[in-house]
Amino acid sequence: MKTRTTRALQSSGAAAVALAALAACGAGGGTEAPAGQSASFEGRGPITYAAGKDPSGVVQPTIDRWNKLHPKEKVTFIQLPTDPDAQRQQMIQNAQTKSDAYTVLSLDAVWTSEFAAHRWIDRLPADGFPLQKMLKPIVETGKYRGGLYALPWTSDGGMLYYRTDLLKKAGIDKPPATWVQMKSDCAKVKKLPEAKGMSCYAGQFQKYEGLTVNFAEAVNSAGGVVTDAKGKPHVDSPQAKKGLDFLVGSLKDGTIPKDAVTYQEEDGRRAFQAGKLIFERNWPYMYPLASKKDGSSKIVGKFSAAPLPGLSGPGASSLGGHNVALSASAKNKATAIDFMKFFTSAENQRLTLASAPAAPTYEALYKDPKLVEQYPYLPILKQSILHAVPRPRVFEYGDVTAAIQRETYAAMTGSKSTDQALKDLQKDLQRQPAAD
Amino acid sequence: MVKTHNPPGSAEGRHDDTAGRVYGVARGSARGSSAVPPASAARRRRKPRATAGSGRLAALLVSPTLLVLTIVVLYPTIVALKDSLFGTPGLNPKTGFVNETDPFVGAQNYTDIFGAAGERFWNAFWNTSFLTVTTVGMETVIGVAMALIMNRAFQGRALVRASILVPWAIPTAVTGLLWRWIFNSNGIANALIGQQVLWTTEGFHAKVAVIIADVWKTAPFIGLLVLAGLQVINKEVYEAAKIDGAGAVRQFWSITLPLVKPALMVAVLFRTLDALRMFDLPYILIGAQKESVETLSMLAQDQAANVRFGPAAAYAVILFLYVFLIALAFVRLLGANVVGDDDAAPKRRRRWLPVRRPAEVAA
Repeated sequence: MKTRTTRALQSSGAAAVALAALAACGAGGGTEAPAGQSASFEGRGPITYAAGKDPSGVVQPTIDRWNKLHPKEKVTFIQLPTDPDAQRQQMIQNAQTKSDAYTVLSLDAVWTSEFAAHRWIDRLPADGFPLQKMLKPIVETGKYRGGLYALPWTSDGGMLYYRTDLLKKAGIDKPPATWVQMKSDCAKVKKLPEAKGMSCYAGQFQKYEGLTVNFAEAVNSAGGVVTDAKGKPHVDSPQAKKGLDFLVGSLKDGTIPKDAVTYQEEDGRRAFQAGKLIFERNWPYMYPLASKKDGSSKIVGKFSAAPLPGLSGPGASSLGGHNVALSASAKNKATAIDFMKFFTSAENQRLTLASAPAAPTYEALYKDPKLVEQYPYLPILKQSILHAVPRPRVFEYGDVTAAIQRETYAAMTGSKSTDQALKDLQKDLQRQPAAD
Repeated sequence: MVKTHNPPGSAEGRHDDTAGRVYGVARGSARGSSAVPPASAARRRRKPRATAGSGRLAALLVSPTLLVLTIVVLYPTIVALKDSLFGTPGLNPKTGFVNETDPFVGAQNYTDIFGAAGERFWNAFWNTSFLTVTTVGMETVIGVAMALIMNRAFQGRALVRASILVPWAIPTAVTGLLWRWIFNSNGIANALIGQQVLWTTEGFHAKVAVIIADVWKTAPFIGLLVLAGLQVINKEVYEAAKIDGAGAVRQFWSITLPLVKPALMVAVLFRTLDALRMFDLPYILIGAQKESVETLSMLAQDQAANVRFGPAAAYAVILFLYVFLIALAFVRLLGANVVGDDDAAPKRRRRWLPVRRPAEVAA
């Protein structure tokens, strides 16, 4: 009797396993896509736009405008979490199950290579978009091995924020262009009674993506490269060492305050706004926030921004920003292409910029007098972006940035010499498959 | 601290007890869930059709549960096991595209942890074990103390009980953010100790930060379960002990602790299993990819996030086995009664109590 019960139980269990296995087969079977030549984009109808939560509220009105013009090809805005890692994960899940839930994806500039290499996004026809009107380094962030995979929508570049009042008082008439100048300016400012207890410089040095940005900027500003156009690493070069030495040396000699190794963007902003820093590297988003007259900022009207300094001249910024790409498993791709064109258009960016600070991708917008009046940093930002270098464009970006963070952090917290850290980093990065 | 060894002399009695109880569990569950008629009746086969029918009915009745368990437990486990045998697809250097299929690598994901690449795994493994032992140990001591306080009759007891439970009620992610502020370089923690410790940087202090936050958050959990155990202890036992001249310390070791042990063991077991899976607190409080506090769960998540599902699944399977072994050890060695055997247990426990008590005191 007992055995019979058990057997019955087993068989019902087995049936369930079989069912589940069947379901798994259904989801797993995929077809080999053609080798990514820009395919024909067919099909019109409703599509979706998947992007992280939009705190500035500019995306929905844009989509509403499109929907009014195209009632039969409506776009639905799918809001993903605020956390970029969570966004990326949901997009990858969508791609792996070959779902058509997401049509147009808003990709962080550094994800382009990974999504393109996995064929999660389609190659786009480069001649179909006004790329030549955009700033060239920004367009580069949407490319993988020469092909266009993502269309720039917003950009972002680092700038050197500085205290105009203190520099003027110390008799310095223009912001520093090199690291040495910055340090000597600091020494002069620190002699002022107002600068008591202030630190000289800070960036984003916590062990996270911001550290990769700051490390890459230091290396690029010293004339080196982290990875070349083919994805090969060159961090064992003397230029790369000079870049890292600047960061590590500044921490040692007190130019950078000790607790800056815990700084993310907001920590640095708080310190600068509280009047604790003379110079700070940050993104454009800080400009309107630090100018707020609600008492949160102690330095309203006392600061300005300049291009980042470098080893022997102006430095090179890393590039941030978001690009829009077309999910490979989506439907109604003809509509999607039209929507992407509309979404990234100059008129659209102008409207977006009017209600929320961002870095536009079109050159013309940086000269627009109305916009410059609203955002005085735009001409400087343009300089910063023109000198900018994209972060390493490799398909396993997650591993590359993890290795950079690990070694840079070890050097900055003093557990490794800069030589050793860069040597180890070069070895780590060489495990990455590079192009032929 | 968790008792990890049996004092000589107590081992035999305890072993018997555990074996008996495990047997009791098996019997109890067989009786409870599938409603098998007495075995002797089946053997005699007086009504073979009727019993076969009731057996079928039993199978039918439990099949929804089994189906749900299969879908939500068995299927993912099997798929994880299968995934752990596959590697990461490489990049085709000519086309620049990643290959479509995952290569089968057999047990390589498992054997890799013994190679040079295993350094990160073992670091995560020791971090997990270290954080589990320290947090659960401190939580047990503090939790029992909390329970003793909450069990006292005094004015404002309800308020104290409620306030002790507040940390437990806060979501872990929020706890992480909260403590990140406290451990900020200009935070309260540094103001209190008068030094600038950079808690969220790599180093032993990062572990300390996680331990403090975790103990703060989950000691109330142990406190609550132990309090439930304390409340069923008969007051007469204490009165008798008092008459016999036992002091407060002696009462605690000889009466309170042995009698509250079943509840305490369950609490400690649950906390241990929870702590072994620790993820959100170090992830949010200290940050991802920090060697000082990277746990096995964080490592598995990191691999999965970098689209390396094979190694991620392998790490998850190892963590699963680790947790499973610890749970088994708890049930077998320490006699944690998680399943709660129904009718047989109290009788036996009462019978064993006089024998076991000296053993517990010795322990």
